[in-house]
Order: sequence, then structure tokens, then C-alpha cells
Amino acid sequence: MLVSQQQKLQDEIRSLAGRHGRTRAALVPILQELQERYASVSDFAMQVVADELGIHPAEVYGVVSFYAFLHHQPRGRFQIRLCQTISCDLAGKARVARQLENELGIRFGETTPDGRFSLEWASCLGMCDQGPALLVNDRVYTRVSPEQVHRIIDDCRKVFGAHAAQAAHAAQA
Amino acid sequence: MQPTSSKKTPLTFDTIAPGQGLAAALKKSRADIIGEVAASNLKGRGGAGFPTGTKWNLAAAAVVRDGGAKYVVCNADEGEPGTFKDRVLLLDYADLVFEGMTIAARAIGATKGILYLRGEYVYMRPHLEAVLARRRTDGQLGTDILGTAGFTFDIEIRMGAGAYVCGEETALIESLEGHRGEPRNRPPFPVNTGFLGQPTVVNNVETLASVSAILARGAAWFKAIGTEKSAGFKLFSVSGDCGAPGVYEFPLGISVAELLDKVGGAGAKAVQIGGASGTCVPAAEFGRRIAFEDVATGGSVIVFGQGRDMLHVAKNFMEFFVEESCGQCTPCRAGNAKLLEGIEMLERGACSSAYLQELLALCETMQLASKCGLGQSSPNAFVSIMTHFQDEILGRTAAVQRART
Repeated sequence: MLVSQQQKLQDEIRSLAGRHGRTRAALVPILQELQERYASVSDFAMQVVADELGIHPAEVYGVVSFYAFLHHQPRGRFQIRLCQTISCDLAGKARVARQLENELGIRFGETTPDGRFSLEWASCLGMCDQGPALLVNDRVYTRVSPEQVHRIIDDCRKVFGAHAAQAAHAAQA
Repeated sequence: MQPTSSKKTPLTFDTIAPGQGLAAALKKSRADIIGEVAASNLKGRGGAGFPTGTKWNLAAAAVVRDGGAKYVVCNADEGEPGTFKDRVLLLDYADLVFEGMTIAARAIGATKGILYLRGEYVYMRPHLEAVLARRRTDGQLGTDILGTAGFTFDIEIRMGAGAYVCGEETALIESLEGHRGEPRNRPPFPVNTGFLGQPTVVNNVETLASVSAILARGAAWFKAIGTEKSAGFKLFSVSGDCGAPGVYEFPLGISVAELLDKVGGAGAKAVQIGGASGTCVPAAEFGRRIAFEDVATGGSVIVFGQGRDMLHVAKNFMEFFVEESCGQCTPCRAGNAKLLEGIEMLERGACSSAYLQELLALCETMQLASKCGLGQSSPNAFVSIMTHFQDEILGRTAAVQRART
């Protein structure tokens, strides 16, 4: 990581700690915001968070490694989480899973080489009456059939394209 | 592909005007509010069924330490497989939930409230924040609530981060405090030593909404519904092999057969009541009643049709528990893994009856020796499925296994 990037991250974490409070109870909210912005919580970020809250970095790592929604390793820009629990299983999640793997060319637990998509299992998403259900980041899809998988991924690609175009514009301007 | 409404029957909550319960509560003394809740015989809707009035009484009597505050926590970490009624309550009846928290705060003398919302429900957060903002503007949160001098209370939302075990109240508190979601030893109980060591009431979403209804309509009205030991109406999350899955309201004490009739699930092979940690009820026992005195539940009902392979069902549950065990205590960490291994042996047709008996003995150890409810209840489904469906489970050949999956 470049020194300037490190400095930026450090400033960001300081401001997060200022907002959430420099107490242990602020740890999870701070990590959640970092996760949202960077799609993972890096070693460096954990060290800075630990310094800000006055705890050992191992404590921070212990928390990051415990929760399914916090990641040490970078995840894709779009995190696809397919519910693997019983009701979605009865509703046919296995075929949706297979098709997700086919479309993305990765297995569950992996991220595409371009860093756009990662594929994960989720425990019950609370959509049991409308399964199979999956989450793409914050968005819920229900009654997903194998033939719809392609469209869901395509929607993400379009969003990604738009973002990339905006970023390019901003860089030029 | 987009979620649709899950409500399948009109709910009693539709008939409770927001604000009514809180207004009634503010006319009462603190002891009378708790008295009303206790008289209603309301028991925790999360599934454990602890009497809400008793919990509040203990928290009201507990002493705040070092100039801190008491807390009311709404457990919206709805993670039990097959449960989604809290999603409906939070989206359509958020006012009743927040009102219940405010009534609880008044009753026990709390000044701070926290809604612990599961990470998977993050898309609801903007809506819930908007409801909270409106309640602040309307004087239903903040200082001197609705003109009651000295009654100060506000609610913040904290997000879970994808851990089923955090639905256990002490793990939830650990998580709020910035730790791994590992359950604590009890006692001390949260009503004495909860969030930041202060007296804390942790109630389920539906329990709190029910409190608003009870204060609005009176304890006698609520108590007249249901059975003697299981008072009131209950929301059920119905999924699986039935005609109309969704959220239903029934009085507690309804039989499994009656329920199946109403959801288009007649002729089922078995029903899982209470989610992965609940019990699998075979067709022969559909006369049993869903109530705390018979088959207890947080509301999850999963219907299995005639063609379903019960070993596959058991495997799905055990995979869930192996994934979600926090790993802190050995009976749960090692026990669940051992049971899953046993299921894989059964799939291969390589498990003797003697070994199956050993696994069932292990289940008993887990039920007795695990530290929290997760490990104590994770063998339930395994035990009930192995007891009722041994016939289709033992002696599998490769051909049988292929045909069934």
C-alpha cells in the first residue's frame, strides 16, 4: 500500500473512531463501515483500529474472523450470498448454486479474478416462504430460478459499468 | 424475483393503533405496567418462552452501577432457519415494536434502547431509521416523552454481522460490546449484568409488539386467547412443501394438523417445528399442540412433503450447526461435527445401529453439557428424525442414496 493511501485510511479510521466513540463497543460498527468501503478489513486497518481503541490487534482480528460479514481477505465488489438453509434447499437452491458457479466460473468461497464477484453461502436469509433466496450486497432476490441467474449477474455488470464510466469521467474532469 | 408480502392472514396487530399502548402505559405506575404484562401471561416469543413480566420485574429491581444506565435491547437477530415473522413486523409494524421498547424502558427505568438488527436485514435500516426519526419528532422518543416529566429514552440501531449465535442474548450483548459473539455463563443474567455490566432487558421483536397490544387492550383480553400455559396469539413463519407459505397468526395451542390444514400442507410426511433447533414431528403425531407445554416454537414451521428424504433434512440442519457453532465449548463444537460425520456414514450405509445409539447418547451429552441454547438444542432435530425415520435411514445402498437426492 502506498504511504499516501495508508495516510488516507488512517485518517478515515480516526474519523470513524471519533464518530462511533473510542470504546470497545464501537469496534463492530467501525469494522462494518470499513468492510463496506473496502470489501475487507486489511492487516493495516486492523492495526490502526486497535491503536485508536487502545486494544491489541489480535483482539480486532479475533472479531473480524468471527463474523461472517467481516472479511480479512478482499471480497468482490458484488458479494453474492445464496441461502443454503433448509427451506431454500427444498425450493431448489442446489440448481441455482450450480448455475451461479457456471456463470461466474468460480466455486463457492471464491472471488472472480477481476475482483467483481464473490460467491458465498449464507445461513437463513429470512425469505423462507419465497426461496431460493440470495443477497447481492444489500439487495434481496427471491424465488430465483437457474435461468434468472444470468440476468442477476448481468444487472450487476451494468451497475459496475456505470460506476466505472463515472469514475473515468471524474478522473478526466 | 423481488420479495412480495409474506402476510397470509389478517394480524391482530392491524387492529392496534400505534400510540395506544404507550399512552395507556404512561397513565400507570411502573409496577402496574409490569403487573399488567405479568397478568397477561406473555412468554418470550423468540422461542425460549421466559415470562416477560418476570424478566422486567428482575430488571426493574436491579441496581445501576457507577452512574451508568439500564438498557432495553430488541433482539432482531432473527436467524432461526425457517423464521421470518420479525421481518414482517419490522417492515409493517415497526411502531408497535419501538413502542414496546419504550413501554419496557418506562417499566424498568431504562434510558437507552438498542435494536440489534441482523446483518442480513440491512436493507430495512433506512425504513427503521425513518420511523425512529418520526417518533423523535412526535415526542415519543427523547426527553420528557409525551409530556411525562423525567421519562427520557432513545433507541439506536446496531447491525449484526452474520452470526446465528448472536440471537442468544448473552452472545448478542458480547457482540454489542465489540467482542466475538460467544455466549456468557449464566448467572449472572443480563437483567442484572447485561450490556456494559448494566441491567438489561433483551426481548424478541414479537414480544415487544405484543406488549404494545397488551397495554392497549388489557391483560385479560390477551390471556383469554390461547391455552392456560401459553397465552395469546402467535405469528408463525410457514415454509416448505405447502400450498401457501407465509406468515400466519394463530392462537397458541393450535394442533399441527389444524395448522397444516390452513396453510395447504395436509398430507405432509413431517413438520419441523421451531426451526433447526426445534423438533421434527412425524405425521402420526400431528395431533400435538403448538404451545410451550407441548411443542414449543419461536414460530418456525417447515413442512416436508411425502417425497422428502429425512436424512437429507437432518444433514442440512447439522451443516447449519457446524457452521454456526461459536466453537467456545467442546460439546457443541465437537458434538455437531461428530453428528454430521455420522449422517455422512448413514448416507453411505455404513453406520451400525450400535454406533447410531452412541450418537444419540452424544446428543444427550450435548443437550446437558453445552454452554448455551445453540448446543443444547442443536441435537433436537437429529434425535427426532433418527427416532421417527430409522426405517428409511438405516442400511442405505448407493442406489437408494442416489434415488433420494
